[in-house]
Amino acid sequence: MRPFKYQSAATVKDAVGAVSKSEGSKFIAGGTNLVDLMKEDVERPAALIDVSRIDLKQVRSEGDSVVIGAMAKNTDTANHPLVRMNFPLLSQAIFAGASAQIRNMATNGGNLMQRTRCVYFYDTSMPCNKRERGSGCGAKEGLNRMHAIFGWSDECVAVHPSDMCVALAALDAVVKVEGPEGKTRDVPFSAFHRLPGDDPTRDNELKNGELITSITIPKNKFAGNSYYLKVRDRASYAFALVSVAAALELDGEKIKDVRIALGGVAHKPWRARKAEDYLRGKAPKTEEFEKAAKLELADARALEHNAFKVPLAERAIVRALRQASQ
Amino acid sequence: MKYIGKEMSRVDGVAKVTGRAKYAVEYKVNDPAYGYIVQSTVAKGRISKIDTSKAEKLPGVLKILTHQNALKVEEETRQFRALQSDTVLFCGQPIALVVADTFEQARYAANLVEIEYAKEQPSTDFSDTERVQSRGPAPRGKPAEELAGSPVKIEAEYSIPIEHHNPMEPHGATAFWEGDKLTVFDKSQGVYGVRGHLSRSFGIPEGNVNVISLFVGGAFGSSLNVNYYPFLAALAAREVKRPVKLSLTRRQMFTGHGYRPYTTQKVSIGAESTGKFRSIIHEGATNTSTYEDFTESTTRFGRTLYECPNYDSPYYLLKTDLPTPTWMRAPGAVSGAFALESAIDELSYELKIDPVELRLINYADKDPETGRPFSSKALKECFTAGAKKFGWEKRKFAPRSMRDGDLLVGWGTAVGTWGAFQAPATAKIRVRNDGSALVGSGTTDIGPGTYTVCTIIAAESLGIDPKKIEFVLGDTELPRAPSQGGSITTASVGSAVYGAAGEIRRKLVDLVARKEGTALFGASFEDTELVDGNLRLKSDASRSMRVVDVLKEGGVEFVEVEYQSRPSAERQKYTTMAHGAQFVEVKVDESLGIIKVTRVVEATACGRIINPLTSHSQEMGGVVWGIGMALQEATEIDHRYGKMMTTNLADYHVPVAADVFSVETDFVEEKDEIVNELGIKGMGELCLVGIPAAIANAVYHATGKRVRDLPVTPDKLL
Repeated sequence: MRPFKYQSAATVKDAVGAVSKSEGSKFIAGGTNLVDLMKEDVERPAALIDVSRIDLKQVRSEGDSVVIGAMAKNTDTANHPLVRMNFPLLSQAIFAGASAQIRNMATNGGNLMQRTRCVYFYDTSMPCNKRERGSGCGAKEGLNRMHAIFGWSDECVAVHPSDMCVALAALDAVVKVEGPEGKTRDVPFSAFHRLPGDDPTRDNELKNGELITSITIPKNKFAGNSYYLKVRDRASYAFALVSVAAALELDGEKIKDVRIALGGVAHKPWRARKAEDYLRGKAPKTEEFEKAAKLELADARALEHNAFKVPLAERAIVRALRQASQ
Repeated sequence: MKYIGKEMSRVDGVAKVTGRAKYAVEYKVNDPAYGYIVQSTVAKGRISKIDTSKAEKLPGVLKILTHQNALKVEEETRQFRALQSDTVLFCGQPIALVVADTFEQARYAANLVEIEYAKEQPSTDFSDTERVQSRGPAPRGKPAEELAGSPVKIEAEYSIPIEHHNPMEPHGATAFWEGDKLTVFDKSQGVYGVRGHLSRSFGIPEGNVNVISLFVGGAFGSSLNVNYYPFLAALAAREVKRPVKLSLTRRQMFTGHGYRPYTTQKVSIGAESTGKFRSIIHEGATNTSTYEDFTESTTRFGRTLYECPNYDSPYYLLKTDLPTPTWMRAPGAVSGAFALESAIDELSYELKIDPVELRLINYADKDPETGRPFSSKALKECFTAGAKKFGWEKRKFAPRSMRDGDLLVGWGTAVGTWGAFQAPATAKIRVRNDGSALVGSGTTDIGPGTYTVCTIIAAESLGIDPKKIEFVLGDTELPRAPSQGGSITTASVGSAVYGAAGEIRRKLVDLVARKEGTALFGASFEDTELVDGNLRLKSDASRSMRVVDVLKEGGVEFVEVEYQSRPSAERQKYTTMAHGAQFVEVKVDESLGIIKVTRVVEATACGRIINPLTSHSQEMGGVVWGIGMALQEATEIDHRYGKMMTTNLADYHVPVAADVFSVETDFVEEKDEIVNELGIKGMGELCLVGIPAAIANAVYHATGKRVRDLPVTPDKLL
């Protein structure tokens, strides 16, 4: 690990000011990912601005939405009655991620800022366009069992590792950020994370100095019919091979509204909009779920070692929808 | 027996959970410096340039050792030794050691060491590497001909990826010099091996080197060979004239010691329609490095296990630009059993014979290889006991015929076998006039509970309460004992403790037998026993003296002996093996490929059980290990670079608590008076041997899908 400066910020203004002023400085909250990356010499910040003490830890109801603070811990968020009552899907997704110890440290803002777990990204002696632009992608022709089947580019085939974000994508959350000079903006969740395109160094659309302050989730009618399914290589503490956040709003025999998002398949949580569009107005039947899943996966492009993710994602969508519909 | 065979908690348990037990780099030494290893990032070639100047300028950096300035070692060995030349033999090879005031400074400086290589293309792809036949036993009978002539035949190929031990404690050492005397706290399975290596490396007498390994946070074979880092720690300490602590990071652990080799096997079985085996050809190949041959008995275990007149077990080595593999729990046996026990399962469906029945049809009552009798073999009883406990008779034969709701249920079985070995070992005992005893032997305890079982054996044979016994180990100042490996420790060191206790009794008898007026006047050694702190006559328990009174009567403060036990000559007339039958239930969510090992019953025959509690723990560990091997573990290599890539515990999966359900163990005790006086066989490896095959067999029974390439991850069932 390289030497770095450390400073604790008391307010958003202080934090944003500190980061935008000095080149190479970064926010740190729970540190569950950034510290690992620093030990591996992947991240080399000149300074860390600790934002974990900023008073952004509440989960509260605000009009037709629930607002979860960026500095609230993952565990506290998942256990919060407002979250459990309104968005059991989010609760489930958070608990499907990492380990109890990590969830106790990790913050909501930090969860959105997680970087990929691609083994080439983590290994500084290997090519990786995300870590070092122009060095090549080690995974594309290498070990890519864990990698993307949607939205990848020749530059990068990595996937986003979060479970929580898959649920937030399905729930149409909005990310509130604050930048220099107190400028705030709302970023719709689906526009927050990026596809790799020709610049995989950028995981998301945050601009330099911008800090996530909260995540707003509009209240909805999915609470009774939602399910987070995660398929992984072991029962706990493993990243998803494929995960599905599924939510249905049923109107008698018809699907009034539906949300489906996938994890472990793309550089960002993948909203299955084709499947959603197909299912609106249809009956919540397995055959329809199957058709929708097939439609969504028609565009998948597998790599050498991850072709299994295509049928797995298809089946996982069907399973999650079935579970959600019950 | 008062203590042997009774459950006893670990005597070192409290020290371990309170942190009082110190591990290799936790010892307090005066003003330590810290080492950090710089590893090669290429797999083959030469170091063309190594520039340490930037790193040396950093604050706190004391010394940077490379092949250019490190001591050259004269030791004759093909084992890898660090910093001896500019040749790069594998990716992750240590090529420099930074020593600094703090670990953080050393690690930072390591980033600034500039290295250039003359790279060559490495060869690590197992399908495409040089294949060399290794020596092995000649074929039994005419395997090829008889196979061809068999009415029922199966042939299948199996593979197992490279696996790593990943013990909880990373490898490390603390080393310091006092003049030309060297002390090393190492994480080791054999302190004498490390001592010999260090003595040869530095050209100093063995007596000048003290290697200490009191507690080991898991090793599983990874600390059996002498690893390269204790030398580096000692060398650094000599260079900077301070104690040095050197510990590997988790990532460095993947190349800091060996691993279970990649294994590919082909099994052909020819059988009569009755199920009787006619011929078995079990062929195997494992990878090794370019500079050293590491071999296992992968294909040989079946030769002793099944009655089969024609048998061949050819074995090959695959040369790769990877570090040399090493022993990893049940080496060879578990790999071989995965293939052979899977193949027998495949044959059972071909023959439509229950897989337990098929194994009983081919049961060997005597060693088919040598014709010698087994010293004991209660495998049949293991099948009976295990099948009963498991409820095997309710199994429906056809694959895909059992269900639990939407889940497919599969029941599988396999056999495990491991040698009941014993090696010479020495123990010393001092019985003091306060009624306590100090017992010591230079073995190690890597977790099986050696401290505890040796305390039990000492308590039983000295007639002293275990609370009054202190058993010490893991120090070259103690009498010589074998390394802890191969499941030999309890049989070897336990026998030494037992023998030493006998010699103590002899000394005690000598103190009083000629003293008129004592209760034991005229007692003969053979007619005495030590019970509950008393020395008494076997023939007349009323003639008894407290041991403390015997010492008083003899005018001594203590009696002390050192005793070496050796395997008996009688053993040579027998084949000595331990066996177990394993029964596994899996439940499979077929459409998502998720497998849960919901139930395991292990029935084990491994001689006398000294401590049922730690024995059960060992078996639990074996089952959990087997679940990992069957379903999760793999060190993935990018062959373009010759580099291991899944080198951390996020990408290298081992089972978590949520992967483990019911594990039941049943010991079928064998009264074996041949193996050693206490009738002890080993069990630490045995309990793992059949598990991966039993799981894969259960998966087949559940799904009808035969997965022959481990691990059985969800994608392989889709």
